[in-house]
Amino acid sequence: MKKLRRREFFKYSLSGAGGVLGSSLISRVPFLNVPDTAYALSSAGRLSRVEAKYYKKLEHKEIECLLCPRKCKVGDRERGYCGVRENQKGIYYTLVYGLACTFHNDPIEKKPFFHFLPGTNAFSIATAGCNLNCKFCQNWEISQARPEQTYNFELSPQSVVEYALKGNSSSIAYTYSEPVVFYEYMLDCSKLGKEKGVKSVMVSAGYIEPEPLIELCKELDAVKIDFKAFTEKYYQEICQGKLEPVLECLKELKRIGIWYEIVYLMVPTLNDDMRNIKKMCQWILNNLGPDVPIHFTRFTPMYLLKNLPLTPVSSLEKAHKIAQESGLRFVYIGNVPGHKAESTYCPKCKKVLIGRYGYTITQMNLQMGRCKFCGEKIPGVWG
Amino acid sequence: MKKSRVVIIRSNKVLSKSKQINSSILSEMMKKGISTFSGEFDFRDAIRKFYSPKDVLGMKVNCLAGKGASTHPEVALCFAGLLKESGIKENNIIIWDRSNSELEELGFPLNNKRNGLRCFGTDTSEVGYSRDLYQHLNIGSLLSRIPLYYTNVQVNLPVLKDHSLAGVSCALKNFYGAINNPNKYHDDGCDPFVADLNTLPEIRNQNRLIICDALTVQYKGGPSYHPYWNEEYFGIIISSDPVALDFVGSQIIDQLRQKNGSPTLEKSGIFPKYILTAADKNHNLGKASLEEIEKLEINL
Repeated sequence: MKKLRRREFFKYSLSGAGGVLGSSLISRVPFLNVPDTAYALSSAGRLSRVEAKYYKKLEHKEIECLLCPRKCKVGDRERGYCGVRENQKGIYYTLVYGLACTFHNDPIEKKPFFHFLPGTNAFSIATAGCNLNCKFCQNWEISQARPEQTYNFELSPQSVVEYALKGNSSSIAYTYSEPVVFYEYMLDCSKLGKEKGVKSVMVSAGYIEPEPLIELCKELDAVKIDFKAFTEKYYQEICQGKLEPVLECLKELKRIGIWYEIVYLMVPTLNDDMRNIKKMCQWILNNLGPDVPIHFTRFTPMYLLKNLPLTPVSSLEKAHKIAQESGLRFVYIGNVPGHKAESTYCPKCKKVLIGRYGYTITQMNLQMGRCKFCGEKIPGVWG
Repeated sequence: MKKSRVVIIRSNKVLSKSKQINSSILSEMMKKGISTFSGEFDFRDAIRKFYSPKDVLGMKVNCLAGKGASTHPEVALCFAGLLKESGIKENNIIIWDRSNSELEELGFPLNNKRNGLRCFGTDTSEVGYSRDLYQHLNIGSLLSRIPLYYTNVQVNLPVLKDHSLAGVSCALKNFYGAINNPNKYHDDGCDPFVADLNTLPEIRNQNRLIICDALTVQYKGGPSYHPYWNEEYFGIIISSDPVALDFVGSQIIDQLRQKNGSPTLEKSGIFPKYILTAADKNHNLGKASLEEIEKLEINL
C-alpha cells in the first residue's frame, strides 16, 4: 500500500479513478477538503477479505448468498453475479470492504433527493460491482467491473466519516454503482456516521432481500430507489433482474417508515409506454401513498443502448402529467436543467417551495418543513 | 457433409497412482493424437497444418478452480514443446488466462520477457482489458488484450469438467476467461451467452486447435475441485471444432456420472444447452450431433 501526498492524490484521482470511469457521468473533480496524507491508493488487484453478513453454508463448500433476490449458489473459488463476493473454501467474503473506487462531494440534489436536506452536500462513495446489468447503465465502467479492474482507494469507515465531516457534508451517499453489493461496508459507515452526526443515504435499485434491508434501514436516513420499469419483461431483458423484489422492497421501505424517493429513468421505446406509467403511478398511490416523490429522468445513450436517442422532453412531461393526475403530489422531471418541474411546489397553494436549476437551489420557501405561504406540511427530512 | 473430427487419446500410464503425470507418455499421446487428427504421419507436419512460424500463439488455459480441476501445466508445456519442435519460436507462444496469481498457483512459469516461453495473465499491469466495449448479441464486455493485440491464433487448452450452472465447462466456455465480466453470463445455464461470446470475430477467427485436458475429469460438483467426484480419465481430446469437442466431452461426463451412480447432466437439470445453441444456424460454431461427428478413440 502506498501513501500518497496531496499532489499525488490529485494526480491519481484524475488519471486513476477518472480513467477507470471513462465517459461516466460522475464528476472527475477530486474532493478538495482533504488532509495532505489522507488517502492511500490501493493498486488494482488488492482485495478485501471480510466475511459476508448474509449467506448460508451448503454442502461441499458451496454457499447460497442471501443478500439479494438472485440468491446465487456459489462454489468454492467462484463469485456471485455481482462479481465482488467470493466463496473461499466455503466461506463467503466481500472483496470490496473499505475499497472505494470513486468518491466525490456531491450536492444531495444530484442523487437525486429533493425532500432530504436540500442544499447540502453528500460525501459520495462507490465500490466496483452490481447485482444487475442494466443496458443503459451510466456508470458501467465501475458497476460492471470486478474490483481487480478498478483503482481502489483504501477508505475505512472511519475515514469516510472523517472526510464527510471535514468537507461539511451532511450525509454520506452510497451511490454510483449498486451499494447493495458493498452492504457490509455501507452498514459500518452508516453506523459510524450516525454516532458522529453524519446521516447516510443509499441510492439503489432496491434489489435486496427483506432481512438485510431491514437491518440496513436502522442505520440509514433515506433511500432512493431506481424503479426501472413497471413490466417484468423490461426487468428481465434490459436489467437482468425481476420486478417483484423491487415492488416488495418499496413496500418494505414504506412499512419501515424511512424517507425514500423514486427515480424512473425513461428510456425511449423501452419503458415510455404511458399506459404502463399510469399503472405504475396507480400502484405507487395504492401501495406507497401520494407523498413519495417520483422523478422522471431523461435517458442519455450509454453502454449497451447507444443506439437510442435522448428521451424527448415531451415524453417526460406526459409522464409528469399522468403521475400528477393519478394523485401523486410530488412529481419531478430530471436531467433537464431549467425545466420548471425541477422545483418543488406546494400541493395546496401551488406556489414554489424549493426553486431549482440543475443541482442549485434558487429559492427556499420552506420553513420548519411547512410552506411559508400557506403552512401546508411538506413530507421529507428537512433538518 | 463433412464431419467434425474429434480424437480421444488415452493411456492409463500417463498418471501414476498419486496422479503424477508421466511427461514422456503425455508427449507420445499428444504426438499420436495430433497426427491422427490431422492425417499427417509426422506430428510436426500436423502442427504446421494449423500454425506457421509467423504466428504468435495464445494458449488459453483454464486455471480458475486451482489444482485438481484446472488445465495441468504439464499439458500446456508439453504442447508448447511440440510447437517449438515444429518451428514455432518459443517467445511467440503465450500461455495465458485471467490472472497471474491463478497461473502461478498451478505452477505455470510466469514470463513476460523477450526471450523464452511467455506466460502471463490479463491482469498483468501493461496488458489488461480493452478500453472499448465489445457488444455482440447478448454480450457486452471488455476483452482481454491478449487475443486482441498479442496473438493472432489460439490453441484452446481447456480442462473437461462438470459445471453446476452450465452443465459442462470445456472448449467454448474457456473463453469466459477472456472477458472482464463472466459473472454476468451464468444465468439460464450460460445459454446463449457462451455461444454468443464465441461468435465474436476476435475469438472465432483465432480458433485453430483445441487440446483438451481430460487426464482427470471433475464429473460432478464442478467447476470447483471435489476429489470424491474427480476421476482419472487418462485422456487428451483433440479437435478444431469446439462444439463437437464439447458435445463429446459432455458424453464423457455423463458416462462417468453413470459409472459412479450419479444422474446424468440432463436428469440433474443442467444439460449444457449452450452447446446446441452454438451449433445452430445463427451461431454456426460447429457440430453437435453424433451423425455429424467422427469420433476416433485411441488407447496407447
